[in-house]
Amino acid sequence: MNLVQRRKLINVIALGYSLAAIAFGLVWLIWILVMVFEKGVGAMTLNLFTEMTPPPGDVGGGLKNAIAGSALMVSLAMLIGTPVAVLAGIYLAEYGRRTTLGKVTRFLNDILLSAPSIVIGLFVYAIYVARVGEFSGMAGAVALALLVLPVVIRTTEDMLVLVPNTLREAAYALGAPQWKVIVMITLRAAKTGIVTGALLALARISGETAPLLFTALNNQFWSLDLGKPMSNLPMVIFQFAMSPYENWQELAWAGVFLITLGVLLLNIVARVLFRKSATQ
Amino acid sequence: MVTNSEKNARAAKTAKNRFADMLFRNLTRAMATLTLLLLVGIIVSLTIGAWPSIKAFGWGFFASSEWNPPADRFGGLGPMYGTLITAFIAVAIALPISFGIALFLTELSPAWLRRPLGIAIELLAGIPSIVYGMWGLLVFSPVFASTVQPWLAKTLGQVPLIGKLFAGPPIGIGILAAGIILAIMIIPFITSVMRDVFELTPAMLKESCYGLGGTTWEVVWNVVLPYTRVGVIGGTMLGLGRALGETMAVTFIIGNTSVLDSFSLFMPGNSIASALANEFAEATSPLYTSALIELGLVLFFITFVVLSFSKLLLFSLEKKAGTTS
Repeated sequence: MNLVQRRKLINVIALGYSLAAIAFGLVWLIWILVMVFEKGVGAMTLNLFTEMTPPPGDVGGGLKNAIAGSALMVSLAMLIGTPVAVLAGIYLAEYGRRTTLGKVTRFLNDILLSAPSIVIGLFVYAIYVARVGEFSGMAGAVALALLVLPVVIRTTEDMLVLVPNTLREAAYALGAPQWKVIVMITLRAAKTGIVTGALLALARISGETAPLLFTALNNQFWSLDLGKPMSNLPMVIFQFAMSPYENWQELAWAGVFLITLGVLLLNIVARVLFRKSATQ
Repeated sequence: MVTNSEKNARAAKTAKNRFADMLFRNLTRAMATLTLLLLVGIIVSLTIGAWPSIKAFGWGFFASSEWNPPADRFGGLGPMYGTLITAFIAVAIALPISFGIALFLTELSPAWLRRPLGIAIELLAGIPSIVYGMWGLLVFSPVFASTVQPWLAKTLGQVPLIGKLFAGPPIGIGILAAGIILAIMIIPFITSVMRDVFELTPAMLKESCYGLGGTTWEVVWNVVLPYTRVGVIGGTMLGLGRALGETMAVTFIIGNTSVLDSFSLFMPGNSIASALANEFAEATSPLYTSALIELGLVLFFITFVVLSFSKLLLFSLEKKAGTTS
């Protein structure tokens, strides 16, 4: 075999390997999605939304309290987290682009973005649950809000930086003060991008389990009291999937199906939105 | 002619705007500082929470694998070993696969396929970890126990020395299974960083190599990889950071036992995150809680170092690409 043939052979092997790698990656995605849809669609009934989580040994049951608890905590977390994050993002992009505070915050924010979410749960336990002495829905919402922060800060900053400077200068030339330029011009121009970031954060926290383990805990009963432990989908899935009861496992699959569907939809909507704003 | 009252009104308006400006600037700055404080707060509060355990066990915490709640004696070696070994397995599997996928996406794929494939891989990153966990426990582990594990025991298990790693009954759950699930989870993260840094390679460099008669593989191996080496390492570290702290997927499938008496990867084990997930809410004695918090602090510290390193590497590559292009 001469050199050229050998080089070509190596090339073919390498490219074949690359094809095999992408096939390998897609196999898992398809396998997981197919299983989740197959098991999930089978477990989809109207009872899911009208009945409570069943006690052990009982038949049937639904996920009503878990869905309500999750929805409440996730929306509360978004309400707390998004405004703080957008403001912090504004600081990073508009005021603190070159300041030390800006640089340090940007760096640490990127680390928080990938930091283990269970540590956030521990943190909220230490500063909130341990003080109050009770697991609560509020603590769960706070933990989730802390996970919203880095995602939205990052996208807000990125989107604001993309706004052309000429736009800002035009507004300044008309005599507008800086806060007005930011709120009414740059923030508006970057609106779609920021909404995308919020949607991605929403997608992330709706499936998060680890930070809820020792903040919201779980509740077998219907409760929307933020001062008490609150039922939520991820915790119910965790508990039910590990159990030996068949109807519990079925409910867990239904829950996983709901969450996966929601998260995938959110991701796709965010992507479409982002694409629209990028082509504008 | 500007009257006095108009002048006053204008001055008042300017003053009002200046005040609003200051208010808004400080508000945004306060929120940015809050993020900083969050990080400091995590470290401080966890250290305070872990203090009783730090005082009671000292450095011995890192050397002992005794995890004995009734006797209030705790050593974190078991979970720490589990965390490191599962993350290591995950990266060892995910790195070559991600490299292959990134190679396909940047150099091989027809243009029309590039976007949908990229999106599919990124969707894999968006799936919540509890879905991986449940799928891993109920779907993957039975298949793993009946096919992959016996095969590994028959082949690699017979090799001297490393054979010990693949000994024991094929029960489906355990350290190896957790590592594999983690690998599937971090493939999208490493892949998307690799793809992004591969695209940073100046086209002129690549074309020069093609012009000299290089094959696609030679261009990737001799031009793209050396140019983006730092970024590839950064992306791998990012994946490692994710794997270290991943909770739910691991908790479902690692088996959750603090007994550390065998080096077999088939055996069930424990990671820091899974120990926290399983035991924290039920920890009865204050020292038990404190020992768990110390584990959390160790986890945070390790991931913090790994992620900072990753960030610095990626940043230096971006800077380089920014100056040369």
